[in-house]
Amino acid sequence: MLRDITIGQYYQTESLIHKMDPRVKLGGTLLYIISLFFFRNFWGYVAAAFFLGLVIRLSHVPFRFMVKGMKSILFLLLITVVFNLFLIPGTELVSFWKLTITVEGVRTAVTMAIRLTLLIIGSSVMTLTTTPNNLTDGMEKMMKPLKVFHVPVHEVAMIMSIALRFIPILMEETDKIMKAQIARGADFESGSLVKRARALVPLLVPLFISAFRRANDLAVAMEARCYRGGDGRTKMKPLVYQRRDRVGYLCILIYLVVSITVGRL
Amino acid sequence: MGIVRTEKLTYEYIRRDEEGNVEGITTAVDQVDLDVEPGEFIAILGHNGSGKSTLAKHINAILYPTEGTVWVDGMDTGDESKVWNIRQTAGMVFQNPDNQIIGQVVEEDVGFGPENMGVPTREIWERVEESLKAVGMYEYRKHSPNKLSGGQKQRVSIAGVLAMHPKCIVLDEPTAMLDPRGRKEVIRAVRGLNQVEGITLILITHYMEEIVHADRVFVMDSGKIAMEGTPREIFSQVEKLKSLRLDVPQVTLLAYELQQRGIALPDGILTTEELADALCGLAGGKGRIS
Repeated sequence: MLRDITIGQYYQTESLIHKMDPRVKLGGTLLYIISLFFFRNFWGYVAAAFFLGLVIRLSHVPFRFMVKGMKSILFLLLITVVFNLFLIPGTELVSFWKLTITVEGVRTAVTMAIRLTLLIIGSSVMTLTTTPNNLTDGMEKMMKPLKVFHVPVHEVAMIMSIALRFIPILMEETDKIMKAQIARGADFESGSLVKRARALVPLLVPLFISAFRRANDLAVAMEARCYRGGDGRTKMKPLVYQRRDRVGYLCILIYLVVSITVGRL
Repeated sequence: MGIVRTEKLTYEYIRRDEEGNVEGITTAVDQVDLDVEPGEFIAILGHNGSGKSTLAKHINAILYPTEGTVWVDGMDTGDESKVWNIRQTAGMVFQNPDNQIIGQVVEEDVGFGPENMGVPTREIWERVEESLKAVGMYEYRKHSPNKLSGGQKQRVSIAGVLAMHPKCIVLDEPTAMLDPRGRKEVIRAVRGLNQVEGITLILITHYMEEIVHADRVFVMDSGKIAMEGTPREIFSQVEKLKSLRLDVPQVTLLAYELQQRGIALPDGILTTEELADALCGLAGGKGRIS
């Protein structure tokens, strides 16, 4: 049961967006999100939505997968809208009981909702079209200049990719320990929240011990295979910009110029 | 001089209590002399706690001797400047396949060693391909290691070591966590490397069946080498093996029991065919056991 959980939400298919260098996608997403905060009028959002729609079409990922990511923030979205709707002072639109809705309130609420929706869908396009592994690689390469400030870029990327590899293993282990405990009469499913939380302790202790043992084994195995940090290391799959990546950057640039010009008219 | 040589190798684990005071010293490896020729297939046997794994970890410079010296291809493991050369010359495969695979895709894991050594990208791909082919895992190169069986994972680990182009591979109980089928797969793969590529093998195990094809066998007991010889020589000493808490293969045991009952069989029978032939010989060629 626990094994079925997939990490990240990568959607496997062949597309131009999938093949693109992760750095383009990371940088593009970042710029896209920033652009959303620059708009002063409605047309900027139209341009942003249009661009996003285009990218989604190119990615061959069904639209319902994009919407999936929305579900998790629906609550947050609702709160944002409600608060903006009722709490922003200005010209009165309607008023009932102790609540007043203002014109400015409606405008901010709608803008916020559109902004958040575009932001979430925009970033899910990236996670849906890039494997976690590729993403770590991209981040490592992009953050490389930070090495000057002694940021352990390679190490962080290595930690992330090892974590990704061990999550399914540890999940399987959790499952095993859980079954072993259930076989001996442990009860994880009934009782109050406190009781259930307490039932997790005998699950977590062996899990932690085993995780540390695995970490130690892995460290020895890595050293045995000559791992000595990022210096002097070559890459089996180095990231090299292709033509499509340059075109990708160009598209993002065009989008930025157009949307910000339109959005700040 | 051999590819792996130890002289009076001694290693002591120091046990400490919570305040850090020395509680006691356990001598895991005690005055061991070993000399392995290039291309040899060596097996090291011993029950749990006999010191065989500790000995193995010295060959890869993971542990350093308390006393004595270890040379790998002429390099002293105590020489810190040579550590990476030693680890590349003598690769190591560990017991738990899950805890030694780093990559999320089979081919990436095999490439991990060469990446660390700074091998150029194109050559990494060549090495990965040839290593995966050598252990028969090439068609799984795009798979996630999590989806493979134990024997397959262990073969990937072996390919990962092989891609570093070692002269010698130390296998520390590589089959202890596998089912019989996985065990056979792994042993077949490493024997192939020894016979085809001429790589020196040091196999640490407590399964008797796996050492039948070894050139030389060392049996360890409480840190010392208790027996040494060809598999046949070792297996002919059933009583001594039993006293060292080791089991002999079923065929050998059967032959031994028959011998004890007064049937004139040769010492150290290793395979079913040998026993069948010997028994047929006794029958004076009158019949064959079918």
